[in-house]
Amino acid sequence: MKVAIASGKGGTGKTTVAVNLALALEEVQLFDCDVEEPNCNLFLGFELEPLEAVTCLVPEIDPERCALCGNCASFCKFNALAALPNKILSFPSLCHGCGGCSFVCPAGAIDEKPRSIGLIEKNSSDSSLTFFRGVLNVGEAMATPVIRALQRHIDESRHAIIDSPPGTACPVLAVLGCADYCVLVTESTPFGFHDFLLALEAARIFQVPVGVVLNRDGLGDSRVEEFCRAEGIPILLRIPNDRMIARFYSEGVPFVKEMSGWKEKFKVMFEMIRAQACKNMGVS
Amino acid sequence: MRQLAIISGKGGCGKTTLTAAFSSLSGNAVLADCDVDAPDLPLILKPRVLDTEDCLGLELASVDSELCTGCGICREVCRFGAVLENFTINPYSCEGCAVCTVACPEKAVCLTPRVSGQAVSSITRFGPMAHANLGTGEEASGKLVTLVRKKASELADQYSCKLVLIDGPPGTGCPVMAAITGTDLVLVLSEPTVSGLHDLKRAIKLTAHFRIPAVACINRYDINEKKSLEIEAFCREAGIPLLARLPYTDITTEAMMNEETVIEYAAHSRKAEAVEFVNIIRKLWADIKMRLSGPCDEEMCSKTLPIRES
Ligand code: SF4
Ligand code: SF4
Ligand code: SF4
Ligand code: SF4
Repeated sequence: MKVAIASGKGGTGKTTVAVNLALALEEVQLFDCDVEEPNCNLFLGFELEPLEAVTCLVPEIDPERCALCGNCASFCKFNALAALPNKILSFPSLCHGCGGCSFVCPAGAIDEKPRSIGLIEKNSSDSSLTFFRGVLNVGEAMATPVIRALQRHIDESRHAIIDSPPGTACPVLAVLGCADYCVLVTESTPFGFHDFLLALEAARIFQVPVGVVLNRDGLGDSRVEEFCRAEGIPILLRIPNDRMIARFYSEGVPFVKEMSGWKEKFKVMFEMIRAQACKNMGVS
Repeated sequence: MRQLAIISGKGGCGKTTLTAAFSSLSGNAVLADCDVDAPDLPLILKPRVLDTEDCLGLELASVDSELCTGCGICREVCRFGAVLENFTINPYSCEGCAVCTVACPEKAVCLTPRVSGQAVSSITRFGPMAHANLGTGEEASGKLVTLVRKKASELADQYSCKLVLIDGPPGTGCPVMAAITGTDLVLVLSEPTVSGLHDLKRAIKLTAHFRIPAVACINRYDINEKKSLEIEAFCREAGIPLLARLPYTDITTEAMMNEETVIEYAAHSRKAEAVEFVNIIRKLWADIKMRLSGPCDEEMCSKTLPIRES
């Protein structure tokens, strides 16, 4: 089963939930798909080894063969090529690697060369927790290819926990599209509720069953709870607004390791997720 | 016109709280909520909408089933896996690159524009504001950020505002780049957590890349003073002026629950904590205003918080 941990935006405790859940369960895979800010390992402290470079194919134009017809530049939807009177300029960072320019070049003057945009890393295997993460190079705009590359490493025969990217755009959809269950982490405040609704909308596109983790519970009001009750969305877990937890977080220490009882709570939460996901898949 | 962008390596650092506070202090600024994925400023500032403008995102391919012979060429050439087995298009995968349109022998595929979101001009109790509505699953966020900033400059012209306050998106991706290019100063908000320093470094790398002067501020510094000192040390080494340290407080949430900025909240709250908190923000704002008011000179830029001894 693949469980995505998502939230309308960053800073709501997504990574905390993903890491603590993974540590409570032990025999699972954890994927850090927040490739712009992969923070899980700050709490795990694994030695990571590079597994795979994520690349994007970008055009390389052979000036000898190029007839300067400009077809490639006028085809490119992403302005990654510009035709000058005596030269075709390319802007690799804008290129999506669609291959269109080489397809339309009548002179066969375009070769495609891989350009690195990110990296997939994995923990060395002496832990019962298998951890993978993707890292997007700073300054790169396209997170989705890195996420897709990361997802190819999911071992379907085991449970996988996926720390999703924040927001509601393509990168999250790439994660939700493959998930069997989505945990939405939120706070019961006006901001939290608003962002939660956005995330819920994204999850509903794929009809993934959803459950809620209320973070910093005790702060704010009951708006998220009331909404969940009305919509029949289960509240899986409440993490109190506790300075101790905030402090462990700031130190990069997963609190299931330090505070008794929490491991059990996360395990119970996972059982609830399983029950609900099975119901959704038609298994009783 | 001067532009200040407030960013942080990630969300939840208190960016919006701070931007809202600045807006209630500045008096003559246009706000640009560039956190287009999850715009929260409108929740506090309750804007009255003046007009909206569609932002055209990536185009989307569509297959004319009358013409399609099912030869499968489009599926072969599409590198984004957007052509499904029945030769229809998955809108969430299609990047609108148009390769399928030129590859299809039957000319059965065409591209259609799609609206990815809207940029909104509005008016709030603190002055004009530009923000966005983004369609779920749309990713033209960089483009939409640019459009929101364009709206903000138009509003600045229209209302003779001298300053644009940009509430930046989280992360270091394309939307953030769109939010900070061409600004005069970037304020990076950081938190004393293991990820906080890490995120700050990434954000600073980005501002350095665009050669924009950056200043920093630590939020909830007292959650972990040791980590705060690490952040201070980093700022000192990197030559980033650290302008303020904000304490951990529930005031920010209380203000948010009241749909007020912290400045408004402190004005009627009897809590000493609120007054103290707001005083730090006032000082921070005065400092930023000074930095924005003239060309940055060496002496002024090196004026940072005295570093405490540990
Ligand atoms: S591969 Fe596609 S995006 Fe890249 S330059 Fe060619 S046409 Fe443009
Ligand atoms: S399409 Fe080919 S020949 Fe024409 S300008 Fe581009 S590279 Fe040169
Ligand atoms: S290439 Fe054209 S004709 Fe062939 S399957 Fe695709 S849409 Fe249909
Ligand atoms: S426009 Fe590009 S991404 Fe969309 S279906 Fe066609 S080939 Fe695929």
